[in-house]
Amino acid sequence: MDDFLAARSQMALSLGFHIIYACIGMVMPFFMAVSHYKWLKTNHEVYRNLTKAWSKGVAIFFATGAVSGTMLSFELGLLWPKFMEHAGPIFGMPFSLEGTAFFIEAIALGFFLYGWNKLNKWFHWFTGVVVGVSGLASGILVVAANAWMNSPAGFDYVNGQYLHIDPIQAMFNKAWFTQALHMCLAAFTATGFAVAGVHALMILRKQNQEFHYKAFKIAAVFATIGALLQPISGDISAKDVAKRQPAKLAAMEALYHTRKPAPLLIGGIVDEKKKEVKMAFEVPAALSFLAHGDFKAEVKGLDQIPESEHPPVAVTHYAFQLMVGIGSLLVLLSLTYYVNLWRKKAIVDRRWLLKLFVAAIPLGYIALEAGWVVTEVGRQPWIIYGVMKTKDAVTPMPGIAWSFYLFTAIYASLSLIVIFLLYRQIKMVPTLYSQQPQKQ
Amino acid sequence: MQYVVISFLCLAILLYFLLGGADFGAGIIELFTSPKNRSKTRKTMYHAIGPVWEANHMWLIIAIVILFVAFPLIYSTMSIYLHIPLAVMLIGIIARGTAFVFRHYDAVKDQMQEVYNKIFVYSSFITPLFLGIIAGSMLCGQIDTDPHNFVQAYIWGWLNFFSVAVGLFTVALCGFLAAIYLIGECKEEEDKKRFIKKAKFMNVAAVLLGIVVFWAAYSEGVPLVNWVFENPVGLTAVSLASLSLILLWYLLLKGKTKVLRILAGFQVTMILLAISYAHFPNFIRLRNGDAISLYEAIGPEKTVSTLGWALLLGSLLILPFLGYLFYKFQKKEE
Ligand code: HDD
Ligand code: HEM
Ligand code: HEM
Repeated sequence: MDDFLAARSQMALSLGFHIIYACIGMVMPFFMAVSHYKWLKTNHEVYRNLTKAWSKGVAIFFATGAVSGTMLSFELGLLWPKFMEHAGPIFGMPFSLEGTAFFIEAIALGFFLYGWNKLNKWFHWFTGVVVGVSGLASGILVVAANAWMNSPAGFDYVNGQYLHIDPIQAMFNKAWFTQALHMCLAAFTATGFAVAGVHALMILRKQNQEFHYKAFKIAAVFATIGALLQPISGDISAKDVAKRQPAKLAAMEALYHTRKPAPLLIGGIVDEKKKEVKMAFEVPAALSFLAHGDFKAEVKGLDQIPESEHPPVAVTHYAFQLMVGIGSLLVLLSLTYYVNLWRKKAIVDRRWLLKLFVAAIPLGYIALEAGWVVTEVGRQPWIIYGVMKTKDAVTPMPGIAWSFYLFTAIYASLSLIVIFLLYRQIKMVPTLYSQQPQKQ
Repeated sequence: MQYVVISFLCLAILLYFLLGGADFGAGIIELFTSPKNRSKTRKTMYHAIGPVWEANHMWLIIAIVILFVAFPLIYSTMSIYLHIPLAVMLIGIIARGTAFVFRHYDAVKDQMQEVYNKIFVYSSFITPLFLGIIAGSMLCGQIDTDPHNFVQAYIWGWLNFFSVAVGLFTVALCGFLAAIYLIGECKEEEDKKRFIKKAKFMNVAAVLLGIVVFWAAYSEGVPLVNWVFENPVGLTAVSLASLSLILLWYLLLKGKTKVLRILAGFQVTMILLAISYAHFPNFIRLRNGDAISLYEAIGPEKTVSTLGWALLLGSLLILPFLGYLFYKFQKKEE
């Protein structure tokens, strides 16, 4: 494997790994806070146990998220020193604020996890909320940094020099809002469906039905609301991309030739050599509408972009299809859920619905990873869009392939251990929380 | 504002060394504890560092973020030439952090615990070792920005007697800090005795390794002696550290534990001060005799001033809570 490819793969792997934990760290505290609130209000034992059970899961994920995040802040330099040398002072602002947010999050988590029976109960509840809010804030901030790479702002690039740097302007670049909005919704959707699915599975197995049903309901509310809003926010993102990064939009849609009006492709096999798409289903003029809000608008194809600046089309296109496909499935599932609620059906008896939720466990996360592939691969060959090429940023050190293999092994084993731990945690729920609820 | 940023950088490094160091040290002590006492040590340790360990490690992140925002050249130089030790340290951090949490939160306590323990103690040793190696390499002046081959560029910069000596010294200091910290956390007299013994052991080790560091500096041509002894601040710091060492031993022998922590923290601070003061603001010494200085490598003005404000405001938000966290969990047993 060549070093450049290895560096890119290692970065993608680390980020792809971190994002899962980060999302859980961002979202689970809100689930906990809801359940915790219900415990304080209703004094219903189940809610307290649920809050505790969740908080244990979160502690596992939080630590993994924190160490993988620490990794990332070094890896940015280890792999892309030239990028960081120039970009650091410009897009560093969100990272330094993020530092504050993390710090508050870590402190609040300390209070929350170790504060049972030690703190005033509402203050204790509040520390849990603080964990969630600061986690969400840090997510938004990092995404703002990433948005800067897509839509550089806050400096003038003159003769290879970065002048008139303004970190605040860089942070509030054109892409930050759409990306942050879409990302936050994605975090809620993905984590919500994963958690709801796990509890649905336990209901199907007839274990601690009450416990799991309460958990399921909390997670499902977040998940479904997120899923219903996601396409709206995705549409805003797409319009934004069309304006900002026509090459990325063209790659997402595998649009090799400029068309007016342009159709929306569904499915299809991309042939990068011949520059064509086979076996795709075309929705006439739909892309023109989605990208520009006008059925007759022209959409720029890759033919208008110099060959050397084309992103990998196939990967971007497939990833985009995957994300949108899953997004649509999740919308359907959410609607089905609400129809059943509205018709006052007992969800516990709708086994097929619960089974659908079980099937949806990984979907949100797959969509989320796919979405990042769209964003990041679609930005290639640029690391800072239009300013610096990725290959000019890579470290001069040879042998990155080895480092990639090593880190792949580490991430793979960590993932296995985490899954193993969660499996055990869930398996222990009956013994831990039903017979002797007083313990702990 | 550049002074604010530099102060925060120094503060973050210092606090990481003290708090994170004590945290690593806990693992090191476990490594040097006989198997029959291990589970007890572990318990005390968990109570002591459980609530705060996450916050302790934030200082490293703060330091790194300050480096790459305000001192990009330093960050990129380190990242390129110290790639290997940084990567090893990172692996150590990952292994340690996750093993610590896994062993506590694994719902079933079986032989997996042994696996977590092993990972935890060894990575607690390796991480500060490489942290020290990295610090040593920045002083050592073996980093070659104009290398002729791989080994010169990526290996000799950090793999030398001096850096390794600093690494080992760091390990001993961490163990020492942890032992002292844990003494205060013990509930039983017997436990306390054990940690006092450990503290003595670690202290002796640190002093001996400190001497090795000077020897290594001499043999590698690092003017450490000049830095420390030809400079009034360095000299005072070292003298204070040595004087307080006597006081520390006196208290240890007497079994008085109240001020020990402050004293130990003070000593380590003085040692860091003594080493770094004389060549401040130089941050990395290079093989060709040049040095990268904090003042010269500092980033654009606007960035630095925004960062400065962010740090000031951030600490207003953070410090009271952090203080309260420590306070709350110190008090809890009483
Ligand atoms: C649960 C996950 C999930 C789901 C269901 C969707 N997305 Fe998404 N999408 C993401 C998760 C995501 C993401 C991982 O969060 C990304 C990557 C970068 C970002 O800001 O969000 C993203 C990026 C992303 C981008 C690129 C933005 C950019 O490069 O700036 C577009 C155009 C869309 N999405 C559009 C959609 C549409 C039209 C969807 C309709 C159903 C959709 N997404 C569902
Ligand atoms: C956490 C969600 C993210 C995921 C899953 C992700 C995914 C990826 C992928 C797949 C690549 C490789 C692209 C390629 O080389 O073809 C990549 C590259 C990269 N990403 Fe992201 N990314 C994420 C967020 C971020 C953020 C928040 C930043 C920085 C602020 C960032 C910075 C980078 C950098 C520096 C590279 C390497 C240079 C490049 O390939 O352009 N990423 N990421
Ligand atoms: C879209 C991408 C990202 C999102 C949404 C995100 C979000 C988060 C969140 C919510 C946490 C808290 C950990 C937890 O609760 O489990 C976290 C941890 C962390 N992240 Fe990320 N992150 C992203 C990418 C990055 C990148 C690119 C970096 C590196 C430059 C980074 C650095 C860190 C660090 C240092 C931590 C540990 C802080 C702690 O101890 O809490 N993150 N991230």
